[in-house]
Amino acid sequence: MKMVVVAGTPGSGKTSVLIHAARSLQRMGVRPAVVKIDCLWTEDDERFRRLGVPVAVGLSKDMCPDHYSIYNVDEMLDWAKEEGADVLLNETAGLCLRCAPYPDSALAVCVLDVTSGPNAPLKVGPLLTTADVVVATKGDMVSQAEREVFRERVLEANPACRIVEANGLTGKGAAELADLIKTAPDLSEEMLLRHNPPLAICTLCAGELRVSKEHHRGVLRHLDGFMEYTGE
Amino acid sequence: MTFDRACSLTILGGLDKDRKPDRVERLEMRRGEIIGIVGPTGSGKSSLIADIEQFAKGDTPSGRRILIDGCEPRAETRSDPRRKLIAQLSQNMHFLAYMTVGDFLRMHAKSRGRSPEVAGRVIELANTLTGEPVHPDQHLTILSGGQSRALMTADIAVISDSPIVLIDEIENAGIKKREALELLSGEGKIVVVVTHDPMLALMTSRRVVMKNGGMVRVIETTAGEQKVCEDLAKVDDWLMNLRETIRRGEVVGAAL
Repeated sequence: MKMVVVAGTPGSGKTSVLIHAARSLQRMGVRPAVVKIDCLWTEDDERFRRLGVPVAVGLSKDMCPDHYSIYNVDEMLDWAKEEGADVLLNETAGLCLRCAPYPDSALAVCVLDVTSGPNAPLKVGPLLTTADVVVATKGDMVSQAEREVFRERVLEANPACRIVEANGLTGKGAAELADLIKTAPDLSEEMLLRHNPPLAICTLCAGELRVSKEHHRGVLRHLDGFMEYTGE
Repeated sequence: MTFDRACSLTILGGLDKDRKPDRVERLEMRRGEIIGIVGPTGSGKSSLIADIEQFAKGDTPSGRRILIDGCEPRAETRSDPRRKLIAQLSQNMHFLAYMTVGDFLRMHAKSRGRSPEVAGRVIELANTLTGEPVHPDQHLTILSGGQSRALMTADIAVISDSPIVLIDEIENAGIKKREALELLSGEGKIVVVVTHDPMLALMTSRRVVMKNGGMVRVIETTAGEQKVCEDLAKVDDWLMNLRETIRRGEVVGAAL
């Protein structure tokens, strides 16, 4: 099983890019399943369903959507296995730039909108700096020179990343992204986050890097909405 | 330069908007050639340019394939600006980046592996194409459409010195279009120019006719057409002079 975590700011084109990539994967004979994480509401699942891709939605409600996504990795993977998928595509809510919910053995994809300007890559933080692949969207809105300057700034923040220029309207870049997903390594048994989440009050905030609920305490919301309290 | 000089660019036909095959099955372009793309709005000219720009390999809506020297280009040739075979002047009329002209050009030079000192040369060249001078301390976002287009054109000529140049409707910017095309063509490059402008269309050696998303015909520019082009150049000079006269607030004198 492979897992892809797609993060990026709201409106950067995560869903559109992922829909085209899912279609390319299907053409290559790879079976994707999608989990869309959001806070309060989403209709993105309908767009995936039209492709015939198994899709689940997780709403984090009053939880941080990235934390919610991290401790639900096991539930997402179990569900994707039941659906007969080869690869789990996890689209994050894309709210906070600080969290970077990338487990080490998943393919970490950061989607950035080129029209956000050449200073945007400097503001993003771990979401960008720990990504394997950076997908630059909306490049058709600017000149080639601006696309190249944006690219240079991305490489300053994350010199080792692979940059894919994509267009969510035409599907440009989807085949390239699908290739990277197809050749990504399988998940390892033990997964660690690439970067610690910001400080707050739950076990993740206290510095825990292990994913899934057995390692976490406090009020935890399951993918199906069930809430439990574990701890003393 | 760190890239290999491309000698030929081949387009293998795909499908039009009704999923019917391109009538032009194969189109080969050679170094030193200027090729036009013509056709009504919505006929697929920009999509054809986009296919070339991203080295389509059957993965774009048209299903076309692009070959360089008869082979599918390598992935790094597709994306790394230092190796990029393609320079592109798109239809965008404005910059969105909040940076000064000088900072932007130095950063772009760096991304293409060029010395930052070329920035001055770009500005100098841009100012030969537009009547309103561009200054290095100006912010990109306040430039007019003509200034932006002139700067994008000069940037391509100096910094993005790639062997294949794609130009999308250079005539719409209020800059000196013939000078701009000559500047971008350079020695031994393959130049593809989308245009509605009769003079630019006839400056090419061949032109591809687009219809309903498909490539339907390739027309070689005839000797008669070349003569028409020379006449058009005179008319164009006259129009440019008139424009400058009117801009200066003067009264127009003699007829042609």
